[in-house]
Amino acid sequence: MPYVLSIVTFMPLVGALLIVLLRGPGKDQAGRDANAKWIALGTTVATLAVSLVMLAGYDASDPGYQFVERFDWFAGAQYHMGVDGVSILFVVLNAFLMPLCIAASWTSIKERIPEYMIAFLVLETLVNGVFTSLDLFLFYIFFEGGLVPMFLIIGIWGGKDRVYAAYKFFLYTLLGSVLMLAAMLYMANTAGTTSIPELSKFAFDSNTQILLWLAFFASFAVKMPMWPVHTWLPDAHVQAPTAGSVILAGILLKLGGYGFIRFNLPMFPHASEVLAPLVFGLSVVAIIYTSLVAFRQTDIKKLIAYSSVAHMGFVTMGIFAGNDLGVQGAVFQMISHGLISGALFLCVGVVYDRMHTREIAFYGGLAERMPWYAATFMLFTMANVGLPGTSGFIGEITTMAGTYQVSTWTVFLAATGVILSAVYALTLYRKVIFGTITNPALKTIEDMDWREVAIFAPLIAGTLWLGVYPAAVLNITEASVHAVVSTYQAAIGG
Amino acid sequence: MLELFNHPAAPEAIIAIAALVLLPVGAFVGNARAALISFLGILVLVAAAIVAGSNQLGVLFNGAFVHDDFAAFAKVAIFLASAVAIYLGHGWLARRDDEKFEFPVLIMLAALGMSMMVSAGDLISLYIGVELQSLALYVLAAFRRDEAKASEAGLKYFVLGALSSGILLYGVSLIYGFTGSLQFADISAAVAGGAGTGAVFGLVFLICGLAFKVSAAPFHMWTPDVYEGAPTPMVAFFAAAPKLAAMVLFARAMDAGFLGAQAQWSQVLMVIAAISFVVGAVGGLVQKNIKRLLAYSSIANIGYAILGIAAGTQMGLQAMLVFMVLYMVDVTAFFAVIMALQRNGQEMDTIESLRGLKREKPGKAIVLTILSLSVLGMPPFSGFWAKYYVFKAAIGAGLWPIAVAGLVASVVAAFYYLRIIKVMWFDEPVSPAGPSRAGPSWVAMAGAAFSFPLVLVALYWLDPLARHAAAAFGLQ
Repeated sequence: MPYVLSIVTFMPLVGALLIVLLRGPGKDQAGRDANAKWIALGTTVATLAVSLVMLAGYDASDPGYQFVERFDWFAGAQYHMGVDGVSILFVVLNAFLMPLCIAASWTSIKERIPEYMIAFLVLETLVNGVFTSLDLFLFYIFFEGGLVPMFLIIGIWGGKDRVYAAYKFFLYTLLGSVLMLAAMLYMANTAGTTSIPELSKFAFDSNTQILLWLAFFASFAVKMPMWPVHTWLPDAHVQAPTAGSVILAGILLKLGGYGFIRFNLPMFPHASEVLAPLVFGLSVVAIIYTSLVAFRQTDIKKLIAYSSVAHMGFVTMGIFAGNDLGVQGAVFQMISHGLISGALFLCVGVVYDRMHTREIAFYGGLAERMPWYAATFMLFTMANVGLPGTSGFIGEITTMAGTYQVSTWTVFLAATGVILSAVYALTLYRKVIFGTITNPALKTIEDMDWREVAIFAPLIAGTLWLGVYPAAVLNITEASVHAVVSTYQAAIGG
Repeated sequence: MLELFNHPAAPEAIIAIAALVLLPVGAFVGNARAALISFLGILVLVAAAIVAGSNQLGVLFNGAFVHDDFAAFAKVAIFLASAVAIYLGHGWLARRDDEKFEFPVLIMLAALGMSMMVSAGDLISLYIGVELQSLALYVLAAFRRDEAKASEAGLKYFVLGALSSGILLYGVSLIYGFTGSLQFADISAAVAGGAGTGAVFGLVFLICGLAFKVSAAPFHMWTPDVYEGAPTPMVAFFAAAPKLAAMVLFARAMDAGFLGAQAQWSQVLMVIAAISFVVGAVGGLVQKNIKRLLAYSSIANIGYAILGIAAGTQMGLQAMLVFMVLYMVDVTAFFAVIMALQRNGQEMDTIESLRGLKREKPGKAIVLTILSLSVLGMPPFSGFWAKYYVFKAAIGAGLWPIAVAGLVASVVAAFYYLRIIKVMWFDEPVSPAGPSRAGPSWVAMAGAAFSFPLVLVALYWLDPLARHAAAAFGLQ
């Protein structure tokens, strides 16, 4: 399929335009809403199909960029797209989660449905664009543009403190991004090119590298998010609607990790080596500290949000280990976390839709009335803890094995995080699911319906499949990760 | 006959003659036929723009008047912006039964002044241009003379403007005293040959005077008050073309007249730029009135544009031109939205009055959202490309610390643009909005469409044109 990347990227945008143009069969609001929902679902499923066709056509043995499209744009920038083993899976992950998000919002969103669907479709376009663009400024446009739909999603369809959370999300991320923009402008001026593959070969001098690295780090660390700039995440998650949380945790957080692999590691190898201890330190603090914070939460979503920060700690640790195992593990952990955290937020959404509260204390004994739900939640809790047989285990063990070759202490401390995650996750599970129902409001709660089962089924399959057959991901990432790592190792003379 | 239109000063002549003819004609036909005068005024300005874009380049009056690529680029933009201003202003006044035939004539005279400013080749024509433009603007600010606020705005503008003209003249006299000439070319030679501290002293006064005209901090005090008090269409005009004209004049004075003292003025401009974007960002945070808010926004944006001049490179000048043109479109459209909307018979000029606009007027709300995001500097809207050019030039000239400061200030400013979006999208309306006005709505929609996606096409042409224009001074 020619121009497959442009199709994958802009197809959702076409869907959004269709929603605007086809106002609906009747003039009544219900008809318009139904129309918007079906168009959104259709577009996202079609995008998923195209992305799978692309995945099927991907040659995993070639470490370079594939499906490349390149045209001159203006002001020195280019329309330059391509995917390699690192980015292609994120595109597929995004395309995979989006239909689930639309389906998960089917009944829970009651107001301004066409706008909601448009926001999600635009977001999908922008996120796909981030992963497929190979030009600095094209990347920046997509990266930064993603803030707007998410700002609206949180601000319009969010909870009680949605305005505060939306502002915090926007301004935090924007501050990081503008520093990155300054660095990009510097790079474009110095290297005379804005092409990411060419910049990866350009050697900036050591001192400049440190500053540029820090500027990119500011942006990606906020996005990741890393301790101590993670504080926007719990607020954003708690206030966002369920599907917003799924996309935030499942995809938007991965932009940070992807950025580290695409920019920091290959473009500033010297700085990455020098500053790796800083990253290790922050990662370890993130893993231990946020795990402890998660344990003290009374809101289910907030707990999962903090757990996300902890799990992202493994990703940053693995990336800056700078070896095949570490970076492979980091990519795997991101894909796996995309499935698991997405599923966990959907689990929260299931009970929130019924009871409209996320207080842990409100629940208890759900196993009695909701056996299917209890089983699903169990699976993802275990995956979150990193139980062998689930994808969570592979991600954690690989990043730790990779980092072990570089820094034993980091891994020693990070491993305690695995135990801590078991503590908070299992405590949450016990409080919500086990015991007897004491709250009278829960006496009539219904188990999952067919729609919810259908949403969880692919996530369950994915988590287990990657748990027992991680090579499905690792085979695709191997060659490209090796290329990134070997340039890095060559540059630092290791 | 047609060769007359090829003359370097043809656009100025066209506007001057037309303005002088239309004034007595207007006096005869009276205010009832002001629409005709406005229509003719628009035609003349558009014709002048076409002529300015295609006539012969040249230097006239012993170097006092320079029509080069740089001036031509600015003139086309200025005349077109002035034509739009007449269109917007006429409709606005007509709705208030306050049509006056002087309005289009004043805009034309201001356009003539601006045209002189961008073509100024010596300090005298610089001063004449600035004064002609300013006097027209003072009258426009107080155009609704029955309104206390408008009169106050006009008076404030006049008194402070006179003060700044005084400072400017004082600088001019010092420069003349120490370099022995009023012409930029001679001054440049004298400065390069070491004209001494006195000339630099004069230069600083000159910069202060010009900084006042572009409302750069710390000479910005008048801006919020004038923006708030003056009639909205006049402010829409003030915020666009005169700013461009003053910036172009600024660039010419620095690069044609004082290239030898670049090390000195570059520092001064950097400081002015930095103070401007900090004041603009922080000052806007507490504003409740949209016009005041836009005043602070314009202070910040002028800071970015000045950064382009401070870079002292051809790329910097190109960036300044692109920035100003894109900003002009955004800001004109922004004011057009404000003019198009009304609630309880009042213009929606406070942020609170925009509450819930997305529910009542989805089209206007989306236009205003696009414009806010654009001025904020969000990609892919035009405001982002404007900042992209300026910061790229600044970083290319090694001014990265100040560029980073500017970018951080833009995050602070993001807060108030987000507030506009927030009240429109997240809040519920308080009272029903009245029907919106068609004329300004079209201008606003055109502006938003330009902001995205047309800008991506427009930059194909704008980029080389601005580069060509910026090459006029032979900078690096």
